[in-house]
Amino acid sequence: MSTNKDQKFLLTGNEASAEAAILAGCRYYYGYPITPQNEIMTHMSIRMPQVGGTFIQVESELAAIYMVYGSAAAGGRTMTSSSSPGISLKQEGISYLAGSELPCVIINMQRGGPGLGDISPAQSDYFQAVKGGGHGDYHTIVLAPSSVQEAADLVFDAFDLADCYTNPVMILGDAQLGQMMEPVIFDKKQKTDLSAKTWALTGARGRKRNIVKSFYPVKGELEVFNTKLQKKYREVEAEEVRYEEIDTQNADIVIVAYGTSARICREVLRDAKKKNLKIGMIRPITLWPFPSVIIGRVAERVQSMLTVEMSAGQMIEDVRLSVNGKCPVHFYGRTGGGIPSPKEILNKIIELSTIKEKVTCATS
Amino acid sequence: MEPTYKKPETLIDTPTHYCPGCGHGIVHRLIAEIIDELDIKEKTIGLAPVGCAVLAYNYLDIDMCEAAHGRPPAVATGIKRVHPDNVVFSYQGDGDLAAIGTAEIIHTANRGENITVIFVNNAVYGMTNGQMAPTTLLNQRTLTTPQGRDPIADGYPLRMCEILSIIDGSRFIARTSITSPKNINKAKEMIKKGFQTQIEKRGFSLIEVLSTCPVYWHMTPCESMKYIDDQMTKTFPLGIFKDWEIDN
Ligand SMILES: Cc1ncc(C[n+]2csc(CCOP(=O)(O)OP(=O)(O)O)c2C)c(N)n1
Repeated sequence: MSTNKDQKFLLTGNEASAEAAILAGCRYYYGYPITPQNEIMTHMSIRMPQVGGTFIQVESELAAIYMVYGSAAAGGRTMTSSSSPGISLKQEGISYLAGSELPCVIINMQRGGPGLGDISPAQSDYFQAVKGGGHGDYHTIVLAPSSVQEAADLVFDAFDLADCYTNPVMILGDAQLGQMMEPVIFDKKQKTDLSAKTWALTGARGRKRNIVKSFYPVKGELEVFNTKLQKKYREVEAEEVRYEEIDTQNADIVIVAYGTSARICREVLRDAKKKNLKIGMIRPITLWPFPSVIIGRVAERVQSMLTVEMSAGQMIEDVRLSVNGKCPVHFYGRTGGGIPSPKEILNKIIELSTIKEKVTCATS
Repeated sequence: MEPTYKKPETLIDTPTHYCPGCGHGIVHRLIAEIIDELDIKEKTIGLAPVGCAVLAYNYLDIDMCEAAHGRPPAVATGIKRVHPDNVVFSYQGDGDLAAIGTAEIIHTANRGENITVIFVNNAVYGMTNGQMAPTTLLNQRTLTTPQGRDPIADGYPLRMCEILSIIDGSRFIARTSITSPKNINKAKEMIKKGFQTQIEKRGFSLIEVLSTCPVYWHMTPCESMKYIDDQMTKTFPLGIFKDWEIDN
């Protein structure tokens, strides 16, 4: 595949994500097959040799994430991808990457869980993605695309974000986003003002040696390091929040949804308008850092909020923390591969719109 | 007058955290000597394991990387693929390499990854107070085999050199010990050959070193050395198991 600007391609979310990674300069990809993200691996196996990069089909997701750790420590742009069960296996490594402040990109095309679950779309790895996932006080930056074009754009940005904050970045998609086809153009430009990776392992020629580690055995050292990490996270929260806000100005009810759920809710907004219902939507694009400020602000002027997820209710906890009691926060969700239909969501909204008074405690 | 025996440049002059009679210090010194002799200090990248050698970077004055328990071969692979012309070695204990990291070492050897592995077999988990390792001898008492290792309940000692030498991707596999000046010199020769295997881009090399853990063997340092010669080598015979030079 040769990509020039403005050329339109019809690709799956998986293929577009993989190609965007190549165009962003990713040259080290390690993966283990799992549905519904196999097209990422397949694409990488074709493209990496063409661009002089490394593709390894590894023996496990554990090995994959630690090869990513090695390539990141050596200064390369590197990525792995998987789906829910495989991402669970990678969690120890993601904690090590965060603890060693190494940049990398991890794609999770979520499927139904728990356990082996199924291979249908789901959003039930939200907690795992945004609350750390592995052990220790850390965050990965989490980006949630809701179209194939946005998947390509966010994967591209993810590499710059990872380098900028020397932190792992996760793309949180799902089986639907990964496997549906849409037109996409690759016209993103790479950041040019990123600082050189002076910390990388290259062999200590003409400089003092570098050590990449997350081990701080001397009492007090780890707390100092963790405080530094937290300072970085506050900076990410201040600088990198992304969201889309639709029709919230005069809305009575505002939906909060991300990824595939948000796509479905877009249709709900159109249907609701036809029924003269005033509905808006906030679509978080960064799930961490979470768009708390805007959600809190909008909560002050609406009757209620409705969180829609393909889970039993995970993001709703962050929505409620952001709303902080200023309006009721309701929930509509499907689990185990169930995808909410626009009609189901609209019915929920009609039900909510009959509750007129604004109660200040959160209910569902 | 030129001193005939001095601290290798690659070895950092600092108090050791290892217990009296522990073999890790000897192996560290050998690595430092070899790096000096091959003049590769500025292009070598080392992997410290989780285990007693977790602080190996406190002693070796080169670029170094930590790896999670069992994962040094994967991390080394990731580094080597970015810097194929650097010398990359992993340093691993027996729990690290032969229990939690068995999959990684087998597949790294099988890919013929051009790295060198220094495998320090002390037949116990030193860092976590002396539990049974995959290489613990039959009848050997450890923290978790108080009556001695029983093959029915605990399985048998795992011979990694023998396993790895039948893998097509491996090029140089040897087992050595550090129980006498003669054996130390032999160990040095083998480790050096491992590094040379890599420098000549011939592929995967692993050198196992039978090493002491007097504290968790409940022996004196001298008894520990004797234990390796008299007992350990019966289960783990010394020698070269695979050599590209001979096989060619
Ligand atoms: C995932 C994980 N499991 C367990 C541990 C605890 N742990 C630290 S070192 C070690 C054993 C090390 O033994 P070995 O590899 O034989 O090296 P030695 O300490 O004897 O040199 C264990 C189990 C850990 N750090 N991480």
